[in-house]
Amino acid sequence: MATSKIVSLEEALARFHDGQTVMIGGFTNVGSPNQFCRALADTGIRRLHIIANDAGNDWQDGIGTFIVERRAVRLTASHVGLNPVVGQLMNEGVLEVTLVPQGTLVERIRCGGMGLGGVLTPTGVGTLAAQGKQVISVGGRDYLLELPLRAEIALIKAWRADTAGNLVYRRTAKNFNPVMAMAADLVIVQAEEVVEVGELDPDQVCTPAACVDMVVPL
Amino acid sequence: MEHRERIARRAARFFRDGGLVNLGIGLPTQVVNYIPEGIHVQLQSENGFIGIGPIPDADGWDHDVVNAGGRPASILPGGCTFDSAMSFGLIRGGHVDATVLGALEVDQEGNLANWIIPGRKVPGMGGGMDLVVGARLVIVAMEHCTKAGAPKILRRCTLPLTAPHSVDYIVTELCVLHYNGAGLILEELAPGITVEEVRTKTQAELILPEQIGRME
Repeated sequence: MATSKIVSLEEALARFHDGQTVMIGGFTNVGSPNQFCRALADTGIRRLHIIANDAGNDWQDGIGTFIVERRAVRLTASHVGLNPVVGQLMNEGVLEVTLVPQGTLVERIRCGGMGLGGVLTPTGVGTLAAQGKQVISVGGRDYLLELPLRAEIALIKAWRADTAGNLVYRRTAKNFNPVMAMAADLVIVQAEEVVEVGELDPDQVCTPAACVDMVVPL
Repeated sequence: MEHRERIARRAARFFRDGGLVNLGIGLPTQVVNYIPEGIHVQLQSENGFIGIGPIPDADGWDHDVVNAGGRPASILPGGCTFDSAMSFGLIRGGHVDATVLGALEVDQEGNLANWIIPGRKVPGMGGGMDLVVGARLVIVAMEHCTKAGAPKILRRCTLPLTAPHSVDYIVTELCVLHYNGAGLILEELAPGITVEEVRTKTQAELILPEQIGRME
């Protein structure tokens, strides 16, 4: 029997500290570990560097929690337009935002999790996204060299997890979660439902248990 | 016919049967309402699914299904879901046949600017840069001028680019322009619109073919 990775919320929260780089799964808070984010913010954590597709919204909900409550000092994301607080904090000079094309963001995280030294993408060539980046020509076409992105903690959400940490995602709540599950030193999962080992169809498992450190049923 | 409907109707006629299409937010989303009979396309949503269905009512909404704007959505029978790496692999890899999107500015070199107004609006590029680079056919669907009446089709974009030399067609309420790699060709005029009127409202240089079609 595999060792259980089910932990309490408190055990998982104890792994966080100020100033960490944290990847958070989700797309406009769908597929984000929203309850965990709320609990993490309530610990009083500060100075986070958040890597996520977007900044959620301007409610105290999901990823947006850390922005609205000024608990992040850096944000790496592809789109922040749905959370007007981001622009406000940028203007105040208290939040440093790095915008990355969405396909490039996911590929950089994928590189970080899959042992690759980078990826060549045509996206962003000839735009502001190319600033400071090496351009490499392959077969007559220009590509940007985009480097791997990793975090100390990946905080993701699964629909179902077994006690060993195998994960199944649902519908559009998949998004960045499977990729982030491979790209951090510590992977913490908020699971909607936890089942015994053997209850998940192996063909349905999207993230193997080997990638997961902690599962918090919430 | 209302401007936006005319634009959406014409843009929809670029789709080929069986194609995979990605529509931007705003006017481009309306294109789905005018797809010609006999043409069936599947719509991709870059947050991770194919088969965008009707907007569900509050009771019928599955909260795990949203569109690329984060709004409630539904998945049609035959649709499928996937993660963001697959979603952008489809886009960059040339598996999306066409994308329709709006623009702040387009120019005679096929450059598109639609993601940032420095100092005023900095929402981020989201998936826009990937779509413009990766989709096989890039169709800009927009009103010909700004609300203040200023040209949006320029000699050279002034705003930061989404991608250089990537636009294939521009569809406005006045005309259809085709970027062929060398310049903008005035391919079609809307009923009652003259070449002179388009020229007056366009800063870019236009190439006039021997025969200009009628924009249906």
